[in-house]
Amino acid sequence: MKRQVGWLAGQLVATLALASALVFVVLRVLPGDSAVVALGVNATPQALAQWRAQHGTDRPLIAQYGSWMGGLLRGDFGTSFVTGRALTPLILDRVQVTLIIVGLGMLLALVVAVPLGTLAAVTHRSAWGTVIAGASQVGVAIPNFLVGVLLVSLVAVHLGWLPAGGWTPPATNPADFWRHVILPSVALGTVQAAIITRYVRSAVLEVMREDFLRTARAAGRTRAGALVRHGLRNAGVPVVTVVGVQLAAMLIGAVVVERVFVVPGLGSLLVDAVQQRDLQAVQSIVVVLVALVVVINFVVDLLYTVLDPRLRVVAR
Amino acid sequence: MTSLGAAPPSDAAAVEPQRRPGVHPQLVVGAVLVGLVVAMALVSLVWTPFDPVRAVPAIRLQGPSATHWFGTDRLGRDVLSQVMAGSRITLYVGVVAVGISAVVGVPVGIVAGMRGGVPGAVLMRGADVLLAFPGLLLALILGAAFGTGTTTAMVALGIGAIPAFARVARSATLQVMRTDYVLAARAANRSAWAIAWRHVLPNIAGIVVVQCSVTYGLAVLAEAALSFLGLGTAPPTPSWGRMLQDSQQFLGVHDNLALAPGIAIAVAVLGFNLLGDGLRDVLDPRLKGVR
Repeated sequence: MKRQVGWLAGQLVATLALASALVFVVLRVLPGDSAVVALGVNATPQALAQWRAQHGTDRPLIAQYGSWMGGLLRGDFGTSFVTGRALTPLILDRVQVTLIIVGLGMLLALVVAVPLGTLAAVTHRSAWGTVIAGASQVGVAIPNFLVGVLLVSLVAVHLGWLPAGGWTPPATNPADFWRHVILPSVALGTVQAAIITRYVRSAVLEVMREDFLRTARAAGRTRAGALVRHGLRNAGVPVVTVVGVQLAAMLIGAVVVERVFVVPGLGSLLVDAVQQRDLQAVQSIVVVLVALVVVINFVVDLLYTVLDPRLRVVAR
Repeated sequence: MTSLGAAPPSDAAAVEPQRRPGVHPQLVVGAVLVGLVVAMALVSLVWTPFDPVRAVPAIRLQGPSATHWFGTDRLGRDVLSQVMAGSRITLYVGVVAVGISAVVGVPVGIVAGMRGGVPGAVLMRGADVLLAFPGLLLALILGAAFGTGTTTAMVALGIGAIPAFARVARSATLQVMRTDYVLAARAANRSAWAIAWRHVLPNIAGIVVVQCSVTYGLAVLAEAALSFLGLGTAPPTPSWGRMLQDSQQFLGVHDNLALAPGIAIAVAVLGFNLLGDGLRDVLDPRLKGVR
């Protein structure tokens, strides 16, 4: 077990190192001179030279990569190529917002999807099961920003129950925070609920065919009792996988939902940086997002071994 | 006698799994929805009710009517015509993205599956690193580096889907490599090329087609998201994502502006998802009990 955690952690560090190198190459090496990207092809040579000296891009690429990595390890994300401001406080501030709506969205999705998916599996031969399976199929096809747009129209404009957008930090005004956080989280969570319902359904269906469930029934447990005691834990392995994958997807999906609700998260910071072609900001924000994705995958791999002891032997 | 009366329903239930091929409901519905979008794109090449990009300020922001079925937008452009023309960019981005990911991912997966060892491991680890960059994130990165637009979006979404194709192709290849006919071909001293071309590729084609359909659905979603962010197809070319973004300022007043492109996106994605699911049931050899 200990060796396995070490091996997984090693993979985590290696993936992060490779990913950061890839980000640097794509953003700083392939497009050519960062000064030209920032100032445009019509900039004067003097302006370009001054820009390069100011942002340190006149140094060799390997030195630039080294100082960026060194900064990341100390928790310093560098300074924006456009505003010249330090990126660290900005990124730390924004990432909290994104994590809040993604976390609440996933919580909401699980609260809906686990019971609904289980119900769909248990009743898969009846009308209920068909209705749930069909509805989740349709839900998967609806993009989260469309859900967001419809929520704004219905809940914010027509009913006037909640604000259409904006953000209040939880520390400033808790009541106002909750009013602003509900719609973005629901928009993110609804589509995820549909996706996870489908996985829960098929995982529970799979488990219901297992011999150990029949044995438990033979040993006198009721159908529901056997499923709760033995089935759901085993259905947990594929569900944990998909929750991990979907958390990663939600972090990226939040980029669009944040735009719908004018939420100042990491995603809207990234979109602004892309539009302004602020390569330094894009580079650091992307590394934060990729690090979160990789860490989520790492936790999922660890959870496997906790949920299913058989994998402790098999996994290398 | 009473048992006879109860017999027919249970008989029907027992017969149900042996449905005739060709009436698979998901496959049919998926094919119809995809067909609808494709037909809309083809028709829009030669005819739309109105010019989708021509602004007529006099009729701006009209509700649905007999002449303008889905109303007109803030510049007085016909919404139905824009939705029809927008399907072209959706299908185009999907074709190129799926093409890139399949053309690169499938050979990588086949080589990794046939070779194993160090080359196979290197290829799959490379795919794993790429897996940390979802298509949408990749599109944002490439957009920052090379400028945003339709081409950047297609290439990014294509590259982003390579790992999924590689993984699917690799696991299917591993199964094919264990079969007797591959063993026979190797015993007959066939080259690796010949085995890959004659035996592996035809046998994994089914699962690759399924992956194409699923990836297409994802590409449609991602393209819409990018256009919604203003980082995809540039105006004036009509695209569903940007129509949805434009509709935002009129929410609650002119909901038809959001619903028309929204429904179009959902129909296209649902179509490709159902088509993928249906094809998987029909084509995936594992579900037919053939090893």
